[in-house]
Order: sequence, then structure tokens, then C-alpha cells
Amino acid sequence: MDYATLLQILDSSLRLATPLLFACLAGLYSERAGIFDIGLEGKMLMAAMASASVAFLTGSVWAGLFAGMLASLMLAGIHGIASITFRGNQLISGVALNFVASGITVLVAQRLFGQGGRTPPLEGDARFTPIILPLAEELRGVPVLGPLYAEVISGHPLLVYVALLAVPVTWWVLYRTRFGLRLRAVGENPAAVDTAGISVKGLRFAAVAITGILCGLAGAYMATALQAGFGREMTAGRGYIALAALIFAKWRPVAALWACLLFGFFQALALRPDVVEAVVQVKVPVPFLDALPYVLTVLVLAGFVGKAIPPRAGGEPYVKER
Amino acid sequence: MAHAGYAIELKGISKAFGPVQANKDIHIAVPKGTIHGIIGENGAGKSTLMSILYGFYRADSGEIFINGKLTTIPDSQSAIRAGIGMVFQHFKLVQNFTVLENVVLGAEEGALLAGSLSKARKVLSDLSREYELDVDPDAVIEDLSVGHQQRVEILKALYRQADILILDEPTGVLTPAEADHLFRILKGLRDQGKTVVLITHKLREIMETTDNVSVMRRGTMVGTVKTSETSPEELAELMVGRKVLLEVEKTPAMAGKTVLKVEDLRVRDEHGVERLKGVSFEIRAGEILGIAGVAGNGQSELLEALGGIARATGRVELNGVELPLSGKGADGQSRRAAGIAHVPEDRQALGLIMDFTAWENVAFGYHNAPEYQKNGLFMDNDALRADTERKMERFDVRPPIPTLAAKSFSGGNQQKIVVAREIERNPDLLLVGQPTRGVDIGAIEFIHKQIVALRDQGKAILLVSVELDEIRSLSDRIAVMFDGRIMGFRDPETTDERELGLLMAGMTGKGEAA
Repeated sequence: MDYATLLQILDSSLRLATPLLFACLAGLYSERAGIFDIGLEGKMLMAAMASASVAFLTGSVWAGLFAGMLASLMLAGIHGIASITFRGNQLISGVALNFVASGITVLVAQRLFGQGGRTPPLEGDARFTPIILPLAEELRGVPVLGPLYAEVISGHPLLVYVALLAVPVTWWVLYRTRFGLRLRAVGENPAAVDTAGISVKGLRFAAVAITGILCGLAGAYMATALQAGFGREMTAGRGYIALAALIFAKWRPVAALWACLLFGFFQALALRPDVVEAVVQVKVPVPFLDALPYVLTVLVLAGFVGKAIPPRAGGEPYVKER
Repeated sequence: MAHAGYAIELKGISKAFGPVQANKDIHIAVPKGTIHGIIGENGAGKSTLMSILYGFYRADSGEIFINGKLTTIPDSQSAIRAGIGMVFQHFKLVQNFTVLENVVLGAEEGALLAGSLSKARKVLSDLSREYELDVDPDAVIEDLSVGHQQRVEILKALYRQADILILDEPTGVLTPAEADHLFRILKGLRDQGKTVVLITHKLREIMETTDNVSVMRRGTMVGTVKTSETSPEELAELMVGRKVLLEVEKTPAMAGKTVLKVEDLRVRDEHGVERLKGVSFEIRAGEILGIAGVAGNGQSELLEALGGIARATGRVELNGVELPLSGKGADGQSRRAAGIAHVPEDRQALGLIMDFTAWENVAFGYHNAPEYQKNGLFMDNDALRADTERKMERFDVRPPIPTLAAKSFSGGNQQKIVVAREIERNPDLLLVGQPTRGVDIGAIEFIHKQIVALRDQGKAILLVSVELDEIRSLSDRIAVMFDGRIMGFRDPETTDERELGLLMAGMTGKGEAA
């Protein structure tokens, strides 16, 4: 495998890791606040459909992005009401919302466009287009680093950079701000937060809202940047992969970036069976490569990555005690 | 008109939960700069009253005056603003946060943490110098001892500039030395003009530390007295409403042959950490061996290994017959069949199923007994109910209704159900953990009598309790556990609390750490 091929694979790793990263950080906010969210998948799907539809109808990708975030926020709000206000079971609420999203996205898309549950292809201003970073072409001549900059770092849609930026921002929010301290506290011991005179419900709703916005970005990216339109079940389990990455990363933002890049790398490999064959000298069936990220997910979820301690109050509705 | 010399004055506070009147027309006045005790049995309404003061509940009627000013406390934030700090029985700390982060949580200066943390660091070092409250501000809570965690709770309150500090059962988890240190801190706070409210059921603590004491019984305030003008006997009588024997009446033990022989017993927890590190002892017939120690030093594992709940290694003989410690025969059922009855430490988790009825709970563990069977196939529920009614009668369980769910009984009556089930089976060895935790004084007296009576029938008894007074008054011999080992055996007649306290803290007789 030559350097150019490696760069191509890294390039698509980054593109494919982006929705995972958004969803993973989304899960991080929610779970750090003590609300398990298995419904990342559904929120992404909902956002993908909403953003693609609105982007197509208005011709503006920004309107689409906004609609995607709104749709995802709506599901997040329902999850919040079910699990925070009514202290319902967070897994059941999440699974239910996934089913709802799976059905309703196809239904709406079919009613709007009549194309078998997909949106028409997006083009022009209805899509995010790649951004060429400054000096990308000029530096291409620099050995090793130049092509890396031009091929891998530069030339992605805006949302890729937003996702990358979200990592240090999340770290900073979590560990350097009052909100972050309270967020981490409410996921570990809500009683401590409550007796300190802070609203447990308020904090948790805030966290769930951030989750909604980030899942919205993930879904909108899938439909308006990674691909050009919405298709039935287009998220293909990325919400679950993001959850696996979150566990892999032990609920830490920077580790989440590496975990998502790793999953993205595996997804990128599946696109290049020829390269894999050249490297391992064995013809690997494509379905096997396609399955790799999911196999890795299963391994992570089964606890092969060592001990990952989730936030202690995770999954438990907070009931005030005497 | 409220009196300005009172830190807290409550007038006519009432609070009902459905049909249960938790607080009835409570009047109380706590003078500034004093330590004020509130004592009462479980369910007397102490915690409800304090929850009203801290904004967890709103009173149905009545008025609260703080420093002479009429105050409404709808939530904890308002309580903090009014200068009230609360140290709960179960600490409200974030386990994986540092001391500093816990102190700052909810009292941050601005949206960014850096400023708050450095300010707190300075304030904390001033406070710890002033009040003997030494804690490393950068230590993570889960690495701290319980005593230190409690100091963090006090620091939290002081950092929020509390003038009034309420402590709910603060010594339940402390060694005697830690408790003494706590009381020194509290007296220091009082001398600086702070007001301390101490909620406890331990008469001795009230007598030693408080200036005044208020007694509650069944939701009402029975009276407030100056501590110097009262006695433990009088307080106990006020609490229960009748005369109570505080001392256990018992004759010297007539110990017979060895019933239980334990050699090098070891238990590992699910993480592979050794919790019981080679314990050896014997108990003879007609003898009570008391295990003293701060909670979490291997006592629970000892009870569980002997009761067949935890797997162990070593050697255990009952009446000369070796018992399997793992695999087949190492379970509660087999142990009961062998003649070991077990009153577990946590009755709500291990002793009872709270949603099941009293008679079903009485059947547990003995449900295969022949007298509860009929036609060789079915359980004889009628016989069980009748049997339960007899036991409830004999153990004075109130109300004596076998069809009532376990959770409907008070803590003391729940414990009586468990004790009745285990003692009435006439075991050779009774394992009993924390027999009177969360049990009111009247029931304590009764349960203690039953344990002594069983001993007098020539049974062996292993008593585990974190209440040193209970260990000292019931035991014929005392073993002190620390860090999974027995630090030494003492005779309750010749030892004193200081010596036991040192052993409980892991010091041997000469004062060096073991």
C-alpha cells in the first residue's frame, strides 16, 4: 500500500468518523448526567430525514440543518419527559423512540416525495460542500506533511471541523466550567446536587437538550454532507456504534475522538477491499469487512476493553429521599 | 413574637403524609450558640422535622423563625441562604470528585471553575485551622475514611457560611475516637457562636455533648430539658413513654462444650480483594461472642461465610463436624439444616422480602419444614399463618397480623419478625448482625432479652454490631475486627471503651499500627 492510498483511507476514516463523533459526544453529555440514551440512533435518523427534506424543499442546507436539530431535539425532549419527569425506564424509552423514528421517517418521506421513503437527491446549496483550508494546494509539495494536510485535513464539509472542535470544547465544558462540574456530579450522585440546592431535573434536561442538538448535527451531516439525501435506515446502527465508542472511551471526550476514529477507520476499510487484500495477502470477503465495525462494537459492549465504570447514577431516575 | 436570641424557633409545625401524622404541632426553640440535641425513637418524626427545616418538605401548617425572623423554606437553596447547613446520615458527596470539587459544587463563584476552586482552597485551609477539620483538599472522596468524609460534609456547610449546623445521626459510622473528634469539632463550632442541632438515638452522646435536649415521641414534642438537669433514664422514659431498662440483665455465662470452631477463615469479594484475612476463633455453648469493629472491616463477610452466603476458604466445624465452605452444601439452606440460624445485618435486603406478607417471610428458609407441608406436595399455608400468628404474639410484633406486607411494619417490628423466625427454630448457633440497627428502644430491650435467653438455653451466639454499647452489654467475650483480621479478644468486664476503640482503629495495645 502506498502513501497516497493510506491518505485516501484516512480521509474517508475522518469523514465516516464524524457522525459517530457527534453521536458519541451527544451520548457523553446525556450519560454523564445520568440519563442513558440508547436512542441516539433514532434521533440521528429523524434528523437525517428532517434535514434532507427541508434542505430539498427550501434549497438551503442551513434550513435543513436547523430542521434536523429541531427534529432530534423533539425526540430528546420526549426521552427527557419520559425518563426525568416521569422517571420511566430509560432503556425502554430509548428503544421505543428508535422504533418510532424508524417508522415515522419513512412514512413522512414517502408522504412528501413518494419515492419509496427516500428524499430526492440534494444538490447545490442544499448540501454542505467541502472546504479547502488555506494553503492546502500550496503546501501539497511539502514531503509527507503536505499531502497529509491537503488530502486528510483539508477538503471536508464544515460539519467535520465542527465535530473535531466539539471535542476540546466538550472537554473544557466538562472539566473547567461550573456547568460541567454540576453535570458530572448529577450523573454520579444526584442527591449531592439536590442538597446543594441545584435542580437535578434542570441539569438533566439541559444535558438531554445538548444530546438532541448533537444528534441533530450527526443526522444532518449524514444526509446533507456525507450523502446527498435521506434513505430508509440510512444511519445503519451508527447510534449503537457511537454508544460502543463511548464505553470504549470510558465517557471521556478526548478518548471518544480516538474511539470514533478507530470505528471510522474500520468503516473506511470496508470501502477498500482491494487495499485490505493487498495488505493481508488474503482475499477478505466484503461482507466480512462491512461487519467489522459491528463486530468491534459487540466486543466493546461485551467488555473486552477492560473495566469501564459508567457514571454511578446512570439509568436511575432520581427520587428525592428524606 | 419571636425571640431574637433563638437561632431556630418553630411554632406549631405539622406535617402529614396521607393518614400518617409525622409531625403534630411541634414547638421548639434552639438558643443561639448552643448544641441542641433532638432525640426520639425511629419514626418519632425527627427526620421529617429536619427535612422541613432544610426545605425537602413543606409543613402543612406552622411557622419557622430563623434568628428571630419569620422565614419560609421552600427548597434547599433557601435553607442554605438562611444559614442552615445539614450533614446527612448518608453523606451527599460525589465519590470520584476531590474534596475541593465537592465543597464548591453548588456554591461556585462564576461560570468558570478556576476562580472558585482557588478561593475554596484558601477558605478551606482557614476553616481547617480554626476548627480542627483537617482534610487534604485534593484527596478524592472514595479514598477517604468515613470520618474524613464527614468532615468534608461539615466543611461544605461552613463554606456556605452556615450558622446553624444540623447533624443527623452523625456517629453511626464512626469509631469512638472519630466520634470524640467530631464532638470536639462541634464544641469548637459552638464556642465560635455557631448553633448545632444534633439528632441521635444515642443517649450517651446527648448526655456528653448537648446543652439542651428535646425529646420527640410519635410525631409530637414531648419536652425540652437542660441536659445538665436530666439523666439517661429520664430521657429514655420520655422517648418511649414508659420505664425502660437500659442495662441488659444477664447472669455470668455458663459456657459448655465448643459449638463453633473457625480456623483461618478467608473471604474474597467479587473483585478478588481479600476482605476476611484469616480469622480463627471458637464459640462455646451458652456463650455470646461479640464482634466489635467499624462497619466494613470484614464483619459482614464473616457472617456471610458462616451463613453460607459467601464462598470462603479455611476450616469451620459445627459440633465437631466440618462444614463445606464452597460448592455443594455451602448455602443458607444447608446451614439452617445443620443448625445455624442467621439474622442478617441488612434485614431489608437479606432478611425479608418487603413486598411479601409477614407469614410468607416467616416461611423463608424453613419452607421445606415437614410441619408446613400437606399431602406431600403442597405448602400448608393455613398452618404457616397460624404459626406466624403464634410467633408474632410471643415476640410482641405489632400489629400481629400475618397477612400484612413486611414493609408495612416499623423497623423494630420487622426485626422482631426476622428474629422470631430464626430463634424459634431452636438453632445450635445463632449468627446475628446489627440486631438493633434502626430499631426503637423498646424493641431493643426486647430483642436483647431474647438473645440472652437463647444463650441461657445453652446455645452459641455470634453477635456482630457496630454499636459498642450493645457489644459490651451483651457479650461474654469480645473480639475486635480491623481490616479483615481479629485484633484481639477482650473480656467485657475488664476492658474499656478506650482500649476497644484503639483496637477498632487497628492499634494494638502498645499504640502502634498493626
